[in-house]
Amino acid sequence: MEWLGLYNYWVVVVLMMVGFYIVIAQGNLVKKIVGLNIFQTSVFIFFISLAKLDGGTAPVYVEGITEYSNPLPHVLILTAIVVGVALTAMGLALVVRVHELYGSIEEDEIHEQDGKH
Amino acid sequence: MDLLIQHLPALQVVLPMLAAPIVMLMARAPRLAWAATTLTTWLTLGVSILLVQQVLLHGSISYHMGGWVPPVGIEYFVDPANIVVLLIISLMGAISMPFALRSVEQEVDKAKHGLFYAAFLLANCGLLGITITGDAFNIFVFFEISALASYALIAMGKDRRAVMSSYQYLVMGTVGTTFLLIGIGFMYIMTGTLNLIDLAQRLPEVNDTGTIRAAFAFLVVGISLKLALFPLHLWLPNAYTYAPSMITVFLSATATKVAIYVLLRIIFSVFGYEFSFSELNLGYVLMPLAMLGILIPSIVAIFQTNIKRMLAYSSVAQVGYMILGVSFASTLGLMASVVHLFNHAVTKAALFMALACIIYRVGGVSLDRMAGIAKQMPWTMAAFVLAGLSLIGIPLTVGFVTKWHLLLAALEGGLWPVAVFLLGTSLLATIYIWKVVEAAYLKEPAEGAQPVREAPMSLLLPTWALTVACLYFGIDTSLPVDLANRAAETLMGGYL
Repeated sequence: MEWLGLYNYWVVVVLMMVGFYIVIAQGNLVKKIVGLNIFQTSVFIFFISLAKLDGGTAPVYVEGITEYSNPLPHVLILTAIVVGVALTAMGLALVVRVHELYGSIEEDEIHEQDGKH
Repeated sequence: MDLLIQHLPALQVVLPMLAAPIVMLMARAPRLAWAATTLTTWLTLGVSILLVQQVLLHGSISYHMGGWVPPVGIEYFVDPANIVVLLIISLMGAISMPFALRSVEQEVDKAKHGLFYAAFLLANCGLLGITITGDAFNIFVFFEISALASYALIAMGKDRRAVMSSYQYLVMGTVGTTFLLIGIGFMYIMTGTLNLIDLAQRLPEVNDTGTIRAAFAFLVVGISLKLALFPLHLWLPNAYTYAPSMITVFLSATATKVAIYVLLRIIFSVFGYEFSFSELNLGYVLMPLAMLGILIPSIVAIFQTNIKRMLAYSSVAQVGYMILGVSFASTLGLMASVVHLFNHAVTKAALFMALACIIYRVGGVSLDRMAGIAKQMPWTMAAFVLAGLSLIGIPLTVGFVTKWHLLLAALEGGLWPVAVFLLGTSLLATIYIWKVVEAAYLKEPAEGAQPVREAPMSLLLPTWALTVACLYFGIDTSLPVDLANRAAETLMGGYL
């Protein structure tokens, strides 16, 4: 059962597929953003998992401890989370504007209003 | 002065970045915001030119951000390959600003000008950052900075469809950059470094693993989304059509070019020619996609009645030409691609500027509204025709320089069907440009249409500056060809 030991990577794969599927399949603009968030979160978990060392602690010098987790991916993901928040805010702001202009946030209804192009 | 020269690479990015919040505070004084932005873009151009000079004199520059030595610190790396792209971005930023004044005043709500120019500076900063940085994660962050700013800019278009197309761009763009992030993660686990030069040195040891091949796939697909490689181009036509005219000019000249540069960096410098083309046969994937990407969008462009949309589809086709050059996997092909980065930036920006002049006076650029426009706006249309000739690739224009080198590269590789294909597709460009010329020159204006005047000088001058550049560099090809040659040789040589 070695593959179960890497369960966080399985979580990453499942979340990634779920998020990506929502982005592609959903016609509701807010749900698409939710999907995008799940998709990005899976990547965050992936980065955090790969930095974790079994039995490793935070990289602070303490006597008697020899194993440390890698702090760099954690820092990268801190940045990526900020980027993700900005993207979500931007996306939702656009959805609000879309709702003001079209009175709907369903993709097919919006395309209907604009006429096919 | 020495200190200035030493910190040029940092200034290149920091200048627009710091100017952005200052400009944002000038929301009450739109003209002042414009003036500050213009000054910044011209200073940025100055920095780029000094960098070109330094690189040509002393060779590549490695700049250590904050004094931390790479690979621990972040490195900015300027070499003959990215200097061309830096120059394109800052040149286009600088030349579209004098143009912006009147165009933006008409198209964007006055209260938003401060924000508009701040976002423009951030887009500029992001694109420059992607190009200059030598750190893989930095590329991701700058990609997002420029992308977020462009979403905001596109959404400021007058038409309500601008908001929807910005949303679509946001979704596809985010998927693209997240793929990029996954690819970077895979490379990092296998090598433990993010520095591009360091990666290039350590990757060969672990090349033979599924992880690295997956990383390569994620990177190529993610970046292809950003550069609008067919069939991942779906966000581009709408975004370019509904964005404010000045933003269409700037983005069409820079955004996809920068993504193409990153692709070149990744496949040639980081993974290396051997791995990309001999082991994974990337050429077999890129060539058919590039050819389809030239053919189908060109045909779609012919049937468009909105000229801005027509040119947007033509942009997708032009990306096809650049990728085709890459897929030949030869120095000559690569050189044709790099020279086309410059040539297409100049040509397409000139074309979109001419359209922006017409939008300024007429209010739209559908074929029927452009009927007979050449008599009323002779200078604008003359610029459009000349730049159009360059798009087709008529001799004595920059477009010809690209087509010529692509042809040579195709023949050098023994791919004569591709050479025939290249000539054939130029015909398609002739058809869609001719449709505009026919409407503007040969048709009579629709009855009841308000006669319009020639565009104001502040719009005409930048348009003509770029048009003249299309012709000048078509006749005296030494500067772009020389820079592109150096760039191609640097990329082919890898980092080592």
